[in-house]
Amino acid sequence: MKTESRLEKVLASGQFAVTAECGPPKGSDANVLHEKGKHLLNRVDAVNVTDNQTAIVRMSSVAASTILKGLGHEPILQMVTRDRNRIALQSDLFGAYALGIRNVLCLTGDHHSFGNQKQAVGVFDLDSIQLLRTVRDMRDDGKIIGGEDIQVPPKMFIGAAENPFADPVSWRVVRLAKKVAAGADFIQTQCIFNVDRFAEFMKQAHDMGLTEKVYVLAGITPLKGVAMAKYMANKVAGMEIPDELINRMAGVPKEKQADEGIKIAVETIQMVREIPGVAGIHLMAIEWEHKVPEILEAAGLDKRPAI
Amino acid sequence: MIVAELKEIREIRNLIDRYAKILVVGCDSCVAECAAGGHRETMLLAAALKLSYKNDNLNPVITEACLDRQCVDDFIEGIAHQVPEHDAILSLGCGAGVQALARVYADKPILPALNTLFIGETEMRGIWQENCLGCGQCKLGHFGAVCPVTRCSKKLMNGPCGGSKGGKCEVNPEIRCGWDMIVRRLDALGELDRLSEYVPPVDWSTSHSGGPRLIVREDQKP
Ligand code: SF4
Ligand code: SF4
Repeated sequence: MKTESRLEKVLASGQFAVTAECGPPKGSDANVLHEKGKHLLNRVDAVNVTDNQTAIVRMSSVAASTILKGLGHEPILQMVTRDRNRIALQSDLFGAYALGIRNVLCLTGDHHSFGNQKQAVGVFDLDSIQLLRTVRDMRDDGKIIGGEDIQVPPKMFIGAAENPFADPVSWRVVRLAKKVAAGADFIQTQCIFNVDRFAEFMKQAHDMGLTEKVYVLAGITPLKGVAMAKYMANKVAGMEIPDELINRMAGVPKEKQADEGIKIAVETIQMVREIPGVAGIHLMAIEWEHKVPEILEAAGLDKRPAI
Repeated sequence: MIVAELKEIREIRNLIDRYAKILVVGCDSCVAECAAGGHRETMLLAAALKLSYKNDNLNPVITEACLDRQCVDDFIEGIAHQVPEHDAILSLGCGAGVQALARVYADKPILPALNTLFIGETEMRGIWQENCLGCGQCKLGHFGAVCPVTRCSKKLMNGPCGGSKGGKCEVNPEIRCGWDMIVRRLDALGELDRLSEYVPPVDWSTSHSGGPRLIVREDQKP
């Protein structure tokens, strides 16, 4: 075991892991985390705590992870390189570990032009792969960027994101390999709606021996309705939703669409479970955390391993 | 070259309304190429200002001049005889030109008429593309002569982000994804292998992050 992470233990034991997402509030209300979190508590192995997602200002992911940890969750601290330079990122990693956080997901982040602070400086001092390597070098070599030694290095279980659906297609698996080489222990993918294309991506990853080296958690997002499906297909960076799915959603009456979305999510979970190399799922029920228990139950994943 | 655009007349007026005699000075180098501050644009701006003042029943003195290069002293001296009789200089040079005038004519107010945008190229008539941020340590050799610092909206060094779609950047469908260009070009050149290597964090100390840069070359001094 490289770390004290619960998620690492679940994955290393070979059990199918479940992670979910919990977005911090737009403000300082810790109760929001309590409310959202209670639908996830003991139902998932770890909770991703997003870092000013889509460049909207929210409670810091370090603070929200610490609060969630206090409530009994296993947080995965998301860190984007958009807003902090290497000084701030490394400092926050020290702090996060000291606060008991054991998992980190290294991201570049959505461009700030998407958010509510469009006039901001985009930092991008490091990219996500350089951040991965930084966290790995801290853990395995006890060094910060530049080679100085650390007393009590943070020992994080390190994650990265990958989008099998972005372009250029030929490049996606190369990028995955680069992330693995830079230190990724686990990967959480972009929301999967096109299972065939995801399976193709996993096959390439498998053929390159990558699934031996990294745990891949397949990203699942339940669609709340046809409007959300269209919005995500057209407006969300790097998202691919096949027309058949949009038509399927549109084909049921409005009041039934949420149920249909959940049905699709459960079917998708069942399909990705069969794909070799998939070690778990990452459930992103955006502002729909209370549906997580229902989805996991329907997918037969509601019993989490005791570690 | 340096690419710039003309400010709105209203903004320029706000800067110069307090002066009675204004010398409008163009620059016939980069900003002429991008049709923002060359000889022609200087004449047009002076005419537009005169008209704008006339509409307000005002009649300041507005004199046009144009230098071949506004960022080199030898050329800047070309307007030395006109400067004393004016209260202020409105420069159509880039930011460097404006500041060079201010250094040479230390006792005159110098106001910018342009917004200086970037180092770039004329891709075709009417289209200018930013392609260098002057990072001080040129990396083009590794990236198929497409600059990841400039052409990628996130300055990524290790490959495209998850937002690259159909050759476009996630930031704006008008912007080409720099990484799509890098991958395609190296693929076509049979040099994709250059990209599998990990690129460590950039040393930004040679860029503007290290403070304003200054080159001193003894061999070039007079
Ligand atoms: S690598 Fe640096 S110097 Fe070279 S084109 Fe890009 S910004 Fe300019
Ligand atoms: S879409 Fe392309 S250019 Fe835009 S941020 Fe991503 S990699 Fe960079």
